[in-house]
Amino acid sequence: MTAITVNGKIYEVASEARTPLLWVLRDELGLTGTKFGCGIAQCGVCTVHVDGVAVRSCQMPVGTVGQRAVTTIEGVGSTTVGARVQKAWLDLEVVQCGYCQPGQIMAAAALLAANPDPDDNAIDAAMSGNLCRCGTYVRIREGIKHAARS
Amino acid sequence: MKRKTLLTLVALVAVAGVAVLGVVGRMVLQPGPYAFAGGRPVALSAYRGPSPTGVPAELALADTVTRGAYVASMADCQACHTAPGGQPFAGGRAFVLPFGTIYTPNLTPDPETGIGNWTDAQFLNAVHRGIAPDGSRYYPAFPYPSYTLLSDEDVLAIKAHLFTLKPVKQANKPNNFGFPYNQRWLMAIWSVLFNPNERFRPVPERSPEWNRGAYLVEAAGHCGECHTPRNLMQALDQRRKFGGGVAEGWTAYNISSDTVSGVGDWSAADLAAYLSTGHARGRGVASGPMAEAVELSLSRLTKSDIGAIVTYLRSVPAVKGDLPVPAGPAPSTPQTVIDNPVGKRIFEGNCASCHAWTGAGAAREEAQLTGVRTVNDPSGANAALMILHGSGAGTPYRPAMPGFGKAYSNDEIAAVTNYVTARFGARASKLTAGDIGRLRDAN
Amino acid sequence: MPLDPEERRDGAGRLSRRSLLRGGAAALGGLVLGISLPAKRARADKPRAVGAAMNAFVHIPTQGSVSLIMPAVEMGQGVYTSQAMCMAEELDIGLDQIEAIHAPPDREHYGHPIFYVQATGGSTTTMAWTEPLRKAGATARAMLVSVAAAEWNVPAAELVTERGVITHTASGRALSYGEVADRAGRLQPPTDVALKSPDRFRLIGTRARRIDTPDKVVGRTVYGIDVIRPGMTFAALMASPVLGGKLDHVDEAPALAMPGVRQVVVLEDIVAVVGDTTWAAEQGLCALHMTWSPGANASLDQARLWADTETASTGPGVTVRKEGDAAGKLAAGKRGAGTLIEASYELPFLAHASMEVQNCTVHVHDGVCEIWVGTQVPGYAQAGAAQVLGIAPEKVTVNNHLIGGGFGGRLEAAPVVTATRIAQKVAGPVKVIWSREQDIRQDMFRPLYHNRLTARVENGRVTAWHHRVTGPSILARWLPPAFKDGIDSDAIDGAAEPPYALGEMLVDYVRHENGVPFSFWRGVGPNSTVFSVESFLDLLARKTGTDPVTFRRGLLERNPRALAVLNAAAAKAGWGSPVPQSPFGRRTGRGVALMHAFGSLLACVAEVAVTDGGDVRVTKVVVAADVGRVINPDTVVAQIQGGVVFGIAAVLHNRITLAGGRVEQSNFNDYRLLRINETPAIEVELLSSTQSSGGIGEPGTVIVQPAVANAVFAATGTQLTRMPLDASLIARSV
Ligand code: FES
Ligand code: FES
Repeated sequence: MTAITVNGKIYEVASEARTPLLWVLRDELGLTGTKFGCGIAQCGVCTVHVDGVAVRSCQMPVGTVGQRAVTTIEGVGSTTVGARVQKAWLDLEVVQCGYCQPGQIMAAAALLAANPDPDDNAIDAAMSGNLCRCGTYVRIREGIKHAARS
Repeated sequence: MKRKTLLTLVALVAVAGVAVLGVVGRMVLQPGPYAFAGGRPVALSAYRGPSPTGVPAELALADTVTRGAYVASMADCQACHTAPGGQPFAGGRAFVLPFGTIYTPNLTPDPETGIGNWTDAQFLNAVHRGIAPDGSRYYPAFPYPSYTLLSDEDVLAIKAHLFTLKPVKQANKPNNFGFPYNQRWLMAIWSVLFNPNERFRPVPERSPEWNRGAYLVEAAGHCGECHTPRNLMQALDQRRKFGGGVAEGWTAYNISSDTVSGVGDWSAADLAAYLSTGHARGRGVASGPMAEAVELSLSRLTKSDIGAIVTYLRSVPAVKGDLPVPAGPAPSTPQTVIDNPVGKRIFEGNCASCHAWTGAGAAREEAQLTGVRTVNDPSGANAALMILHGSGAGTPYRPAMPGFGKAYSNDEIAAVTNYVTARFGARASKLTAGDIGRLRDAN
Repeated sequence: MPLDPEERRDGAGRLSRRSLLRGGAAALGGLVLGISLPAKRARADKPRAVGAAMNAFVHIPTQGSVSLIMPAVEMGQGVYTSQAMCMAEELDIGLDQIEAIHAPPDREHYGHPIFYVQATGGSTTTMAWTEPLRKAGATARAMLVSVAAAEWNVPAAELVTERGVITHTASGRALSYGEVADRAGRLQPPTDVALKSPDRFRLIGTRARRIDTPDKVVGRTVYGIDVIRPGMTFAALMASPVLGGKLDHVDEAPALAMPGVRQVVVLEDIVAVVGDTTWAAEQGLCALHMTWSPGANASLDQARLWADTETASTGPGVTVRKEGDAAGKLAAGKRGAGTLIEASYELPFLAHASMEVQNCTVHVHDGVCEIWVGTQVPGYAQAGAAQVLGIAPEKVTVNNHLIGGGFGGRLEAAPVVTATRIAQKVAGPVKVIWSREQDIRQDMFRPLYHNRLTARVENGRVTAWHHRVTGPSILARWLPPAFKDGIDSDAIDGAAEPPYALGEMLVDYVRHENGVPFSFWRGVGPNSTVFSVESFLDLLARKTGTDPVTFRRGLLERNPRALAVLNAAAAKAGWGSPVPQSPFGRRTGRGVALMHAFGSLLACVAEVAVTDGGDVRVTKVVVAADVGRVINPDTVVAQIQGGVVFGIAAVLHNRITLAGGRVEQSNFNDYRLLRINETPAIEVELLSSTQSSGGIGEPGTVIVQPAVANAVFAATGTQLTRMPLDASLIARSV
């Protein structure tokens, strides 16, 4: 049994240590806001924060999480920057189907936490690992800038 | 005038002849694979220590099937004798050599297309001497100059193991070599020169563990076939033993005990982890042919055998190489002046998620780039091949690192390789689209 | 499972789980207003009150949110909001006062007014449903008002409604909709309720906030893949690597030895492993060694697929449109007047690659079947599952969910059928999830198309035009009645009626199928036809030394609406000014394209930069659009922006190829989607229009592809005729 802390709550995890955090969150803990898209770190829909850093949860063995704090889309709204990003997303109507957006929001929040005023180069560097098939990129870029200003 | 010219010519030819003889002689008369160890090697039968051949002590009491399978794993037959997606041991895998393409034969006991009708003597002759039942010669892509060191008992254990497999009817594909390489009789001469045709001789002055390691590395594992450079005659250059070679287009790195280019600064634990799992922290991930060696051979060996291999490897003298001292971690953000926009674009889209901007690895340690030889190798060859084909001991359907060769242009692969080596390595590679095209063809 | 799914669903499942009809209107209380659709043609013009067990669009409870039942599904295109806006507009309620509910499978009541079957697709939702839904809202309002009028004994005309409250201003009396709902439900609904005139619109035409977004940004939305049922297991599956192959042999033991694996389900063409988590199931699957019989497709190679289609395109075709004697005029060959030009354009198979992989949760028990899925075709899904199980469709409940990207990939019931076949062998509910690799390899692809165009140009005008489309017919399978006289009206859409005057005209169609499964894909038929027409026009312009915009203007003299759109895009993009230099490549170019399809007119100007290595970067895209009357302008802009990104991915990267009957692509490393760092600035200008509403989900995808290809043509002088663009063909040796 591994214990992990997600959104401030401690969970006992039955899955074996190699199981990616993503499937523990989704299938064992029922935190389905974090999505599955590729399983090979190419799409970013599974992005969570581990100690504030954006991480692809499909790649992280749950056994390596240890004491670090995991934050998911369900919990990021309780951070200031997370809440600002969510609001910007609403203000600018960024979202279409929405499936990629938990990952986009987590990546954007981590970016803004590390760099409160990112330029296009920094946005590309932080957000290019997050695919959106609906093509909301133009608004994601605007949304990040909007959140940075707010 | 004419006479003088003729004399000069004769002199020149003579000098050239002597030189050629000298060079060839030096190629032929070279030390044995473990001569560096000194001591007085003895015949196996005369050796008093625990046997360095066969299965390790833990498996001494195991059933014959288990023991046969183990010896076959030691010799890693399966990797070469299985086509991609094909039946194990049924052959058909292509090897692109400088002079043509060779296809491995079917080793399953099918009487028509496999080795079902082979006698023990025929099998021994093939493995020890490179001679097929019909008397023709194998190309040394089949590593009989190493396998010749295997004990008769072990060779026959492999045969017994192969005969337990389900026969697969799959005809062997003909090789396509051009002249003169299609003249197989030439191989007879080559064999005389380069295959000593003698069994492993333990060195009593060395520990039993070392001797076991030597047997595993030199006879069964045939590590030198990839990791030792070859001379002009395509034979292993034992004077630069483990100084690095080439395997299917991949660079097989220096595994001598040189501390910069080799594995001299790897701890025993690093080596053991790398060999048995294909990865050690900060050392990268076994890829290409080495990944297969790990998956189908090394990962199946016992802890004691891995330990023996490590002991032996660490005794191999240093051979200097030309790899630079690895670079330290990269900064956590991209540079602001971007001189390689295509490389940056691909890195941030496809690579940064796993490797992180620092190169420390984002979600798992296998993804660390800092300090890894592949990214510090200014040739960039292995890095480009990993990007093209992917890498890592993953599941059959999902490698640890996906390959990008199918959907990215040569220009893009070159750009991202150069970007990665510049950012995380000691010196940037300077690959061009043309180089990537050649690497694609080599594989 | 440490988790109580019901508890978690609280609030979250609002949009998806509650089925009005299952609960029954009687149980909910209040007014259920339904629109029954005449059996022959599905038009909602005869509203009448229906009982609790009948279908409904509007449900007014005695308290709380008004329930609106959405006939079209939400997959990102914003129709939940636009459908709700239509109903709420007439009902005089706010969007914050509603609850959106998926319609259950029920073709009679929710059948698409154009397709007849119950489906969402083809950019038709606004076209088809605006009127019926407004009518549903207006009729409900009239009934509610008449109860209040009777109670107060005042003329209905004196009553005003706002935010769900009926007020008699003169007397200051007020009643909420909920208070009169029960009585209103017992009335005979009026049949001739007038709709609001557009000048009184409060919602329609405004940039209303989308109703599905708040849940989406906090991770609360439950997509099909997020469903959790008590006692549920997870299944990973693998189908034959060669399309259509069958399983020879599998030894189940290695999977069953893996931790968390419960069961191996072996079907003739699929192996599935059931486990405690998706991961456990997938690891079990990976442990298996399967052997397959490849079957008839083993020799299917891409080169042959291209060649076979090309060959088919030279065979006999079916005439779609014929004006004058184009064939005769073109037959004169080079000896005839003006310039004769011919070219072919080829488009590859494409995967849908929605971010939400295919998935479906199924529970087969006690002679019934429950399904949880996000589908564009709930009726087909229900029928497909019923057929697998050999039970009546009524025994199959389809709980539809919001969709993480459709793009046509969920217009097929095949995944539901597959999941049902697996679930049939599993005790308890099982969630079947396709890995991305399986999602791509087992997709039904956008067909491979071939377009051959021949034209004669005389004095800058096209005097004869022949467009031949070769490809499979999706409609012949998907909606057989729509496949008439050997013509697939989707495949030739965009070819049959281009906006231009093209002289004597011949358009024909060759149906050619090749064993690869195919289906609709965002942009559908016009993706191939418009791409070809617009590429070809640029070729004509170049060959006759004319500017591409000028050339098109010359063909649009009798189509002012199209001309206005073209001019708007050209002006906004600064057509004619030099293309700015770019850090992304030394060669730059600008391209234009125009289309009229889905009832909408769009023009697009794209700018590209091309490196010496042949890498293309789209640096700017301008779109001008006349999409008729607009319900929500922000949604229209968003759909065009998103469609453009989708289309750029197609023209630059997307390609499914076959080798030995196997799909060569597997995941996003080899099936490339566009990333944010490849996305250009996209500017959209909506032209105001009072024409009837056109579709908007697909046009952006269609129009950007030829615009980009034409820009590359301008930048490199090479016109690429087989998609996607091939870097090696436009690389310049340096
Ligand atoms: S699912 Fe983790 S990056 Fe795609
Ligand atoms: S909003 Fe649909 S995938 Fe991004």
